[in-house]
Amino acid sequence: MATGTAAHETAGAGAAARETLRPARVPARRLLRRASIRWLLSSAVINILLLLLVVATLVPYAFMWSSSFKENSEIFTAPIVWWPAKPILKNYQDLFGLFPNAWRWYVNTAFVAVVRTALGVLLASMAGFAFAKYHFRFKNALFVLMLATSLIPFWVTVVPLFLEMVWFRWFNTYLAVIIPGAVGAFAIFWMRQYSMTVPDELLDAARIDGASEWQIFWRVALPLLMPGVAVIAILGFTAAWNDFFWPLVVLTDTSLWLVNVAVAALVGPYDYQYGILLAAATLGSIPVILVFLIFQKRLITGITSGAFKGI
Amino acid sequence: MAIATAQAQERAERSGWWAHHQRALIPYLYIAPFFVLFLIFGVFPIIYSFYTSLLKGLGLGPKTFYGLGNYAYLFQDPRYLRAFWNTVYFTLASIFVLSPLALLLALALQSVFVTPRLRGFYRLIYFLPVVTSSVIIAVLFARVFDQRYGLLNQFLSGLGPLAGWQHDWLRDQARVLGFGWLQPVRNVPVIGDIIKASTVVWTALFIMNIWNFIGINALYWTAGLNSIDQELYEAAAIDGANAWQRFWTVTLPLLRPMTLFIIIQAIAGSFGVFAQPFLLTGGGPSDATMTLSLYLYTQGFSIGNFGYANAIGYSMAVITLVLSVLNLWLFREQETTVPAARV
Repeated sequence: MATGTAAHETAGAGAAARETLRPARVPARRLLRRASIRWLLSSAVINILLLLLVVATLVPYAFMWSSSFKENSEIFTAPIVWWPAKPILKNYQDLFGLFPNAWRWYVNTAFVAVVRTALGVLLASMAGFAFAKYHFRFKNALFVLMLATSLIPFWVTVVPLFLEMVWFRWFNTYLAVIIPGAVGAFAIFWMRQYSMTVPDELLDAARIDGASEWQIFWRVALPLLMPGVAVIAILGFTAAWNDFFWPLVVLTDTSLWLVNVAVAALVGPYDYQYGILLAAATLGSIPVILVFLIFQKRLITGITSGAFKGI
Repeated sequence: MAIATAQAQERAERSGWWAHHQRALIPYLYIAPFFVLFLIFGVFPIIYSFYTSLLKGLGLGPKTFYGLGNYAYLFQDPRYLRAFWNTVYFTLASIFVLSPLALLLALALQSVFVTPRLRGFYRLIYFLPVVTSSVIIAVLFARVFDQRYGLLNQFLSGLGPLAGWQHDWLRDQARVLGFGWLQPVRNVPVIGDIIKASTVVWTALFIMNIWNFIGINALYWTAGLNSIDQELYEAAAIDGANAWQRFWTVTLPLLRPMTLFIIIQAIAGSFGVFAQPFLLTGGGPSDATMTLSLYLYTQGFSIGNFGYANAIGYSMAVITLVLSVLNLWLFREQETTVPAARV
């Protein structure tokens, strides 16, 4: 009864409102239009600012890429030449002509980055899974130890790590850039967070079906962990490809150089052939950008959702 | 026959033993490879670093015990102090300039004015510098900061009134913070040191750092924004809070954990600046762009003064620790009655 009257009343109020609104229709629409103009204006301003930032981000790359096809005289100009009058491949030819081993910088870097990433992912997913899904002695102590040491800057360990490389006779070998770099607390933390999303029931069901613990990890859990693995694999690969300081310290033999050390070495003495430096840098920048472009969606959604909430 | 049964039984027993214990033992198998390497390349260097920081002597030659002498010398070493204040300036700039800019960027990207497709595109582009190596970035910015032909100066020269902002970016040692009302405090210890560190060249490298890391920081902020319950905004809106008030009362307080994370990242990031000063300025002119990491490299690997290099490393650990604790204290969960009443 009460609801009935209420409904009746609102219906009446609605009718009254319609009655009063009818003459007011034009101002209302104008209000709406004004609001949408404001909306459009805000949208335009924000998007223009964001686009300016896009331009600011891309311009240095664009200049490097285009300049790698320029004569030196076109690189150092005012006003800037954005597009070479006559694009040339001379810088690339000179790069591989003057440094017959230049192709090795890229192949070696790719090799080191892939092996280091694979090893790092393997270590991290096994350990992360163990931390998330098993109970064992000293579990918490080990986890805290790992997190606590990860707060200590890498720079503290640089000199002892270097000495270790000398003691192990790893100095000037790729073991020096592969093994220490594969050990990272962040990847374990990440894989632990990710492993927690695997339901215990699923693992128990596999156990009842007679699967061994070994099979449970490789056959049941790992396929479910692949999105998490992808994120640390991409981050690991980019970190390995982009590493500069450590290869600079432990690889002094020029035949072992990785791309960043080689490019850095070109910065000094080849200023008069600046195009060669830009060609080498262009080639060095592309692989990792390609990897990123292919996997960017996984990486970005991986960072913006998921494990970071746990921090 | 009897032997075969015994063997089968033994096999069954052995596999039975493993089957019985595998669940208790397999985690050790999973963590062992990591922890063995971690002890060798993570824990041992940390301990050994402290031990050698107490020694005096060059390279692999004989060493003598020096106590805390290396640490005491840090406070008298003008190059170290310069690098220290440079790092402080860089960190403060990261916290108070880079991080808020990144938050603004994250808010703009999250806003209704940006369509999902455009949002993806923007994020993609802003992320590119993060996956570019620091060496390549140094090569790029050698062309940006060049005095005569640099992209930045040519851009500024085309902007009429801003033409006066042109600088010899990689050499200019004028103080950015050396203006008017800061003149009287120029000789006050801490503030004066920070003003001294605020050279044009070091600020230019900081601007490069903004370019480099604004994308990833905006992404961190986005992660923080995504973790905020939308219902809180609706509740605040019903309570009559406008967008500005919602930002200050809902968004910012709930971003506290992410703020902590971002500030710790900013500290680590300013320690990590190595390749750019190494390649663009060599730490100069007259140590204006000397960083702690670059100084550690110089002491450790150019001079071979391992003990002193490790003391520098440990001083960086102490700075990180102090700033992190300060940070935790500043951002501690404050006892307020209003949220408690809400719950």
